Amino acid sequence: MAESRREIVVAKNLGFKYSGAKKTAIQGIDLSIGVGEFILLTGPSGCGKTSLCRCLNGLIPNFYQGEWTGQLHVDGLDITTQPTSELSRKIGYVFQNPENQLFALTVEKDVAFGPENLGYSRDEIRKRVNEAMKITGTLALKELAPYELSGGQQQRVALAGVLAMKPSIIVLDEPTSFLDPHTAEDVMGAADDLRRELGLTIVVVEHRLDLVARYAERIIVMDGGRIVADGNLEEVLDEQFDTLEGLGVGVPRVSLLWSMLRRDGLLKGKVPTHVEDAASALSGMMTH
Amino acid sequence: MLVVAVLVPALLFASVWVMIILLLSQLPLLFIGRVARRWALSLRAGVFLSGLIFVVNFFTGSLFSAIALTLRFLVLLTTFSLFFMTTSPDDLGLALDRIGAVRWLSRKWLGYPNALSFTFTTAVRLVPTLAVDAQTVVDAQRSRGLELDKGNLFRRIRNYIPILIPLLLIAIRRSLELAEALESRGFPGKEGRTSLFQLKLKGPDYAVIAVSVVMIVVSVWVFLHYRVPVF
Amino acid sequence: MIRLERVSFRYPSGLLALHDIDLTIQGGDFLAIMGENGAGKTTLAKQLNGLLKPSEGRVTVDGEDTRKVSVAHLARKVGLVFQNPDHLLFSETVKDEVAFGLKNFGFTPEVVEKQVGRTLEALGLAEYADTSPFLLSGGERKRVALASILATEPDYLILDEPTIGQDYQQKERLRNFILQLYSQGKAVVMITHDVEFVAEANPKVILLSKGGIVGQGSAESVLSRDEMVNRASLVKPQMSRLFGSLARFGLPRDVVDVHRARLLLEEKLGGVKETVTTNS
Repeated sequence: MAESRREIVVAKNLGFKYSGAKKTAIQGIDLSIGVGEFILLTGPSGCGKTSLCRCLNGLIPNFYQGEWTGQLHVDGLDITTQPTSELSRKIGYVFQNPENQLFALTVEKDVAFGPENLGYSRDEIRKRVNEAMKITGTLALKELAPYELSGGQQQRVALAGVLAMKPSIIVLDEPTSFLDPHTAEDVMGAADDLRRELGLTIVVVEHRLDLVARYAERIIVMDGGRIVADGNLEEVLDEQFDTLEGLGVGVPRVSLLWSMLRRDGLLKGKVPTHVEDAASALSGMMTH
Repeated sequence: MLVVAVLVPALLFASVWVMIILLLSQLPLLFIGRVARRWALSLRAGVFLSGLIFVVNFFTGSLFSAIALTLRFLVLLTTFSLFFMTTSPDDLGLALDRIGAVRWLSRKWLGYPNALSFTFTTAVRLVPTLAVDAQTVVDAQRSRGLELDKGNLFRRIRNYIPILIPLLLIAIRRSLELAEALESRGFPGKEGRTSLFQLKLKGPDYAVIAVSVVMIVVSVWVFLHYRVPVF
Repeated sequence: MIRLERVSFRYPSGLLALHDIDLTIQGGDFLAIMGENGAGKTTLAKQLNGLLKPSEGRVTVDGEDTRKVSVAHLARKVGLVFQNPDHLLFSETVKDEVAFGLKNFGFTPEVVEKQVGRTLEALGLAEYADTSPFLLSGGERKRVALASILATEPDYLILDEPTIGQDYQQKERLRNFILQLYSQGKAVVMITHDVEFVAEANPKVILLSKGGIVGQGSAESVLSRDEMVNRASLVKPQMSRLFGSLARFGLPRDVVDVHRARLLLEEKLGGVKETVTTNS
């Protein structure tokens, strides 16, 4: 099993300090991400999640200057020697604020923006744009202006724009902060579709674990610029529940409930990560 | 092109009749472009200025030259309205990008041939966003008790500091975020950047260009050979 | 008391953003206005301090019609904290920022200083008094914005999306702070779509959808009902979803917060355990 796992991200002792900053933003990061994983990256404000993501797509060190230590390879490319435009073929990035990542005056032109930059032929661009809009469910919006769309639609368009570049990994940095809960779930679902249908690797940065717990099988928790927990989401929630709570990570409410009842000695077993699991476990207990 | 064609006679002649003809000739275009309503709105905004032009010229010149100059202002206003209301900034950007001189300058100044035309479209796109920001900043500061129209002139100017500083910082923040997003989408790309959409000149475009050229030539010829009376 | 009587509001563009809103807010109230993006939540907030005046109907603050008095006058009573602190921070130091509102209201320098000190202390910002607000993190800037409104001691505090971008710890702190305020007799109105936050803070919920009030009541009664929650593009809190599927065991459906859930289950499971032991 371990041999068949192909790595897409490999970081060795990665560290970065923004120029002018007093503290390092991230340090001693050792990380390996396999193709097709869905990862939830979380931690309290200022823990270094966003900085780590910026490293992944080369915004650090290409756009943000500072002191870089260690090594980072994404899909075989050494981040430090590649311009961001080259890295954009491998890794897509969806930002928090949909307003500041759509450039063109129609949805279709916006989705085409990336492939245009990469200099593909017109036919190829048209093909990519259509595919990307189809998968993200934005085809019907293609003639509209980005500002005419709802927040959720804007994030789907942003996802399409990234997808049209055919990356192998997509990072979503708090993509749902500005969205209502229903729409937020919808965007997360769209990201999950990409993983299942295209085999893409997905990294989601999010404070609200309950939103992502359904899709992510792995969680990485950061604090003070370091990775403090990394592993299977269910196992980490189960074994390191107190650590997470202590860090102020917003654990799913069902997990919290379960762990409190377990502490009371009223029930046993693994902490569930989402409502359905908890419901079936509790129903099972109560029917007996 | 049509813009130039209207502007040349409008600026060369100070005749009431010429202005009226020019103005009337643009009316059908306003309706074809379905912008007549918005044109009416911009005219309304221009009423004060045209009044001013009329008054100033009436006292410095004659009644007829005042009418002619006011009409000239309206012709200019209409022409530019027509142009910007019917031409999407995207198309304008694409057109700019096709002009060799623009690409050359852009490469020289900014390092990439398409950077200048992109700057143009982005600036246009950001206007509505920043307008919303400005309104929100004003609302936020008024909620903290700021009264913009309080005090003497000096005080009033100072009142705008709490508006301008956040607005400036937001604009900077936005452009930085935009820059990050641009980098992540492979901008500016290489010399061989393609564009999905291409502007093609069609039959009507050639007709407009032809008419425009004729108008310009005739105007210049008339200007050089005859004196056109004001009225 | 703030009263909205049959308030409708139409933007100049023609968009009907609010229609027929009837609402009363008084001291000691804690309200959450929830609804989908574009439901009219922020438009409603702006009606409360006169930034927007109703197109139809009437808004009165302590008896004064908002059409007849200035925003600056109303701002002394109604403090509106905007969602994004970047829209209002402009001073060189946190201290000056918090003093801004007080100075606008014409307080004496001594009062200003005292109030600034007290507010910074209360919000845990005292150590940043002389720091530039722009050097602070997003969460801290949000607190400075809140402080700058609180310093003027408004009777009604309106918070627009206070939990966006905040981590769990920051939300906990905010929740405690809000609790303190309304137990002191102030009215706190919070605009939010953070269902889990509402589930734990337990305010009265006003559900807004497409510009109209479609439901109101306790967090428990509103957030545990599918038809209401779906209408406003929300999702039910986790506890409510859990208890929805446990109802057949005689547990109530309207459970939204984890502490009540714990008590109920302790009772239930404790009971189960006892029966198990007696049977064996």
